[in-house]
Amino acid sequence: MKSGPLEGVRLTEFTSAWAGPYATCLLGFLGAEIIKVESRMRLDHSRNLSFSTGKRFSGPDESEVFNNLNLNKKSITLNLKEPRAIDLAKKVVGVSDVVMENMRPGVMPRLGLGYETLREIKPDLIYLSSSACGQKGPEREYVGYAPTFAALGGVSYITGYEDWPPSNFMGAIDLRSATTAAASILAALVQKQRTGRGQYIDMASQESIAVLIGDVILDYVMNQRVQTRKGNKGYRIAPHNCYRCSGEDKWISIAVATDQEWEGLCRTMDRPDLITNKRFAAPEDRYKNQEELDRIISEWTRDKESYELMAHLQAAGVAATPTLSSKGLFKDPHVRDRGVFLQVEHPAIGNDWVIAPPWRLSETPAQINRHAPLLGEHNEYVFGELLGMSSVEIKRLEQEKVIY
Amino acid sequence: MEDETINTSEVDKKTKGLPERALDGVKVLEYCSLVSGPYCTKTMADLGAEVIKIEPPVDGDPARRMPPFPEDKPHPEKSGLFFYLNTNKQGITLDPETPEGKQIFLKLARDADILVEDLPPGDMERMGLGYKDLRAINKGLIVMSITPFGLTGPYRDYKGRALNMSHASGQAYLLPLLSPHADRPPVKVGGHTSDYDPGLVAVVAVLAALYWKGISGRGQHIDMSKQEALISMQRVESVTYANDEVVMTRTGNKTRMPGGVLPCKDGHIVVITPEEHQWNALMTLIGNPEWSKEPWCRDREARAQHADAINKLLTEWTTQHTKEEIFRKGQALSCPVSPSQSAEDLMKSEQLKDRGFFAEVTHPFLGPLKMPTSASRFAESPWRFECPAPLLGESNEEIYCERLGYRKEELEMLKTKGVI
Repeated sequence: MKSGPLEGVRLTEFTSAWAGPYATCLLGFLGAEIIKVESRMRLDHSRNLSFSTGKRFSGPDESEVFNNLNLNKKSITLNLKEPRAIDLAKKVVGVSDVVMENMRPGVMPRLGLGYETLREIKPDLIYLSSSACGQKGPEREYVGYAPTFAALGGVSYITGYEDWPPSNFMGAIDLRSATTAAASILAALVQKQRTGRGQYIDMASQESIAVLIGDVILDYVMNQRVQTRKGNKGYRIAPHNCYRCSGEDKWISIAVATDQEWEGLCRTMDRPDLITNKRFAAPEDRYKNQEELDRIISEWTRDKESYELMAHLQAAGVAATPTLSSKGLFKDPHVRDRGVFLQVEHPAIGNDWVIAPPWRLSETPAQINRHAPLLGEHNEYVFGELLGMSSVEIKRLEQEKVIY
Repeated sequence: MEDETINTSEVDKKTKGLPERALDGVKVLEYCSLVSGPYCTKTMADLGAEVIKIEPPVDGDPARRMPPFPEDKPHPEKSGLFFYLNTNKQGITLDPETPEGKQIFLKLARDADILVEDLPPGDMERMGLGYKDLRAINKGLIVMSITPFGLTGPYRDYKGRALNMSHASGQAYLLPLLSPHADRPPVKVGGHTSDYDPGLVAVVAVLAALYWKGISGRGQHIDMSKQEALISMQRVESVTYANDEVVMTRTGNKTRMPGGVLPCKDGHIVVITPEEHQWNALMTLIGNPEWSKEPWCRDREARAQHADAINKLLTEWTTQHTKEEIFRKGQALSCPVSPSQSAEDLMKSEQLKDRGFFAEVTHPFLGPLKMPTSASRFAESPWRFECPAPLLGESNEEIYCERLGYRKEELEMLKTKGVI
């Protein structure tokens, strides 16, 4: 079997929730060995609860949310309130290439696990801190989760209906922060490969969202325009919306950017008269009169099946896709063909569906080899095999609630 | 050989005394348009990679025709979108569909570490520039192909703009959260974010492949579908039906926490309190009202059952206060609360200013202006402004004459023939 591109890289993480764990999960897909430091004293809440559905899990090993965000990893338990546990954490870092943490700024240094301390143990260490607003600045200690990152980063303000408050956001925002952290760690790994030196990286979740609306920020810089919510509308192109189809909560998104696509849409609708209609002939006209266009298109789509519409419109060269729910995604033939949903066998949950890595690498495939670790599942491997401790010693530290 | 000497010394001059960066010496070729591909290579340019952007002659990247423009007046060198996505890159014009153009493309690919391309599946092969063709001349080349639906599968030839990808990935179905009624349509994420996202996801695979190249000397081909890049960011929501037959919707669910987006005196705030001490902090913030002692406020489960009623009570308080007041006082109590910030709020944020998030740069057509930099502060690879987004064909002479050795007369001829 081919191995991943990061084979041989070891990362130790002190992270919880979604933004930290998924960052290292991505690196684990790519072959890095990920050691997650956790504790029974303070469980990662994704082992207890799904933020998305409100579902509570019956035990720390029963969470499908945790499974989906911590695949391939190894878990050790350390009660970081115990000085001996801190010493053990340092030893684990000593055999690692990378550390990632997402505690509140200041906590890791107070625990004796800050970058300055750990680099003495491991001079070429790469260490990334992920936090809501960053490690410095007046708001450095501010706390937050995905919804506040989306609000602080500016994406919430511009998402939603024109006549309605800004949209809230859930965990998907964390995964943007996570992907940014993974990319940053990789860049540092490339630099270390070339120079032999590690470094500290201070990443802010707020900013990981703000960089995704650079053009919206520049509109303010250039024109002092504050962009707000505008539903599905596009920038200067129309039609650009989603339209109701037959069935419950079924919709199709249609985006027309060129005259050719406009003609394709009109012919599919069997309305060639619209092609030359003065109100819609030029792109500017279509943009100006888009409400009227939206009404005409809605009339046409409302009694039609969304998948049939997609097939006809795509055949005419028009970008059109159904709006997919979690059910729609699972049943979609293309998503199925691409193997996006994967079933992983989990000792406590049973067969659990997760999402596959988002890339196909020809030589070093990204892979899911294993379910997320049970709490403390790899104490024996990490403390015994990697650090050379005896099973007697490990057992004793477990009883003394150091390895706990 | 002389040319090479000149080149090296110029590079030395440019970087002399400046800090080293993560991707120094990495050569990236970009053959992409609009947002996803250019955002992928922009991220690498910001980390120090040398990125050569290839644009079609005459018209260039269609992003040049997209807003924002100063005073809303379209101009191919004044698009804020193009400027943001292409700062720190070099730009050349080239038509690889012409025989000479193809030869030039191959010369550039021979010398590159990474090619990022976003053509419809099969187009590169048709031009004789598919991965197999390129590997034959450069076995170390990493090729990232970014397409709407990937290089295989029944939808591989389908078109998809950011709007479509947002709707086809499960993202839009859940927005806006909360929608007042399921009869109202799902919406995309604001701005071009659903196009930036795949670019970001692509960077991870490309850099991992680059790391492996450092070990093995070998490149590889990476197939990334924008749809899957977006689904990967929705991975928790996406499996709720598969595992529990739960279809989450944009109108919310009965077990949600109170809080979310709430109106205040001068805008909106968002608050989320998954931990008990955070809920208590929120109650302290609003002055521990009598209702907070009621049984239906007792714990998370009880509150979830009464989320709507509790939100009404919270709103009575929030609408009496400003977002600044709620933000500062709430955070002082360690309550996860924040204002919904606009682009203006971001530009005025003391936090972002203190972090140096915005850089003041200069562009020949746009003049001096501020732009966002990066979410990560690398101690050993700081962001810096190297050069403004390239004017159309700005680097033609530098790349074609100085690097590839074409004479100026040849360059003129290629221009006349529409090759560059």
